[in-house]
Amino acid sequence: MTILLLDVLRAPTAVRGLYPGAWDLLLRQGASANLLATLALMLQDGGLFDAVPAAPRTHLECACTAGVSHARGARHEVDMIAAALQALSMPLILLKGSAYAMAGLEAGRGRLFSDIDILVPKDRLHDVEAALMLHGWASTHHDEYDQRYYREWMHELPSMTHIFRGNTIDVHHAILPETAADRPDPDKLRAAALPVPGHPGLRMLAPHDMFLHSAVHLFSGGEFDHGLRDLFDLHRLVGQFSAETGFWDGLAPFAAELQLIRPLFYALRYLKRVLGTMMPPAVLAATAGGRPNPALLRLMDGLFLRALAPPMSVTHIGSAALFALYVRGNWLRMPPLLLVRHLSHKAFLSRKSSLPADGAPANLV
Amino acid sequence: MSQPGGLRRWFRRFDQDGLRPFKPLPLQQASAMLEWMMNWCVANRAHSWLLLHAAVVEKNGRAIILPAPPGSGKSTLCTVLVCRGWRLLPDELTLVRHGDGMLAPLPRPVSLKNASIDLIQAFAPDVVFAPLAYGTAKGTVGHLRAPKDSIDRANEYAAPWAIVFPLWEAGAATVLTLLPKARTFMRVAHNAFNYMLMGERGVQTLGNLSEICDGYEFVYSQLEEALHVFDALAGEGA
Repeated sequence: MTILLLDVLRAPTAVRGLYPGAWDLLLRQGASANLLATLALMLQDGGLFDAVPAAPRTHLECACTAGVSHARGARHEVDMIAAALQALSMPLILLKGSAYAMAGLEAGRGRLFSDIDILVPKDRLHDVEAALMLHGWASTHHDEYDQRYYREWMHELPSMTHIFRGNTIDVHHAILPETAADRPDPDKLRAAALPVPGHPGLRMLAPHDMFLHSAVHLFSGGEFDHGLRDLFDLHRLVGQFSAETGFWDGLAPFAAELQLIRPLFYALRYLKRVLGTMMPPAVLAATAGGRPNPALLRLMDGLFLRALAPPMSVTHIGSAALFALYVRGNWLRMPPLLLVRHLSHKAFLSRKSSLPADGAPANLV
Repeated sequence: MSQPGGLRRWFRRFDQDGLRPFKPLPLQQASAMLEWMMNWCVANRAHSWLLLHAAVVEKNGRAIILPAPPGSGKSTLCTVLVCRGWRLLPDELTLVRHGDGMLAPLPRPVSLKNASIDLIQAFAPDVVFAPLAYGTAKGTVGHLRAPKDSIDRANEYAAPWAIVFPLWEAGAATVLTLLPKARTFMRVAHNAFNYMLMGERGVQTLGNLSEICDGYEFVYSQLEEALHVFDALAGEGA
């Protein structure tokens, strides 16, 4: 199956001469992958708006407005977080979406994200949590089990949401759970972090760390709601960093040292297969150590290629693939007994308290 | 909207390319659901306009914006005016064009709820309602057919003339009070869906709108008296 959205993400000039039905498909695929603002700004930045017929252009202009607004809102929220943590006099390390946006990286252009992720030293977690609470953030997980799950086993505090602004922050002390078999040393990540240009006091992960974090998050996590968007992050990070000397050469050895060669293998494999990302053949060869056996690889191809498609094209088999990857993500997070316990709790005990909200949108009469 | 399988086949589900933000509702409530989902789509996508939670009616080229929270009687007042010859633009979602501040028509069936339905049926016995949806999250919902003239003019933008914040109160005397510009601006901003999202352009469009239009607070209980006030705003009578 060819997916129009992928063609356009690979080469935006592919929008020239699209017929109206194809525009309809492209806009729907873009929206369903949460990539519409990204797509719209790519076309605008590339001077391609003239090639767009009036009706789809209206949609794209709306998406541009939403994307620009999101970036403005994110900047404000990061300022608020920095102000709340100022008294702790430690650098504020941003992860993922907010880091791309604040650093003005290509990967941040038009990218929508629902929360801001920060990385702090584990021994400062308590101070950070207290400071955030004093400034209006409160934990959204009231369930005692959830609190314990995060605090004891995970690599982050339970999400906190600001009581007035409603924005969410995830405070991490590492990029993989405490219970995962292989995890990079958070001290090294923090020590290597770089200043965010133009924003004193803000830091972001160094290029190798940033790329690997994004890869690990996608290929060792269990959530593919934004699979294609996250893969496109990696594609654009490559576009940004591949010109820097040492990025490609150092990547595989660095991943091997952190025992993250398997997720790197998957990241490069699917970047190439899904988005046609340019990369030196030598780098692919260098990740051969992360290549699973042929049977497993065939299985993972089947799962990942489905999970990385825009959600609107997901079939029943696709849903099964997403579930399998969810279980796999948890499998990689914790040892088997703990996993059984966790999934049982989620399936039988947490369910009662999490019934869905009513269907009607309350604010529209 | 689609029909889910299995035991939910008598329900209807809203599905936007895999995104299913709301749970299915009984088939009997499909019309109400369709309206809410259309509103949801406009409110989440139509950022080329400043979007207000308001109705718009027009007479003699003067469009009057009626912003109001639920329960203020906005839809009822809008329907009463439309039944007496005013042109219907939107009954729910006002789209203000950036630049010139012109208002986009969106003449769809007017959504009325609960006691308003009986009131309108008594006020204008010849109006046509679609089959009512009972027991929704908002009670009984009825959709009134939009006037043919309003639909025929669905491509004709209207110039804003006044912004009236209606408030129906049992037994209240009819009082129209002019609001200071700044207060009008802030009250409209509170009724805007995407004002924050627009950034500077939203401030400009809203400022422009508050400059062009006088803002009023309007308390009423008698429909005939309300009609006179609006006719006067449209430049008729005194």
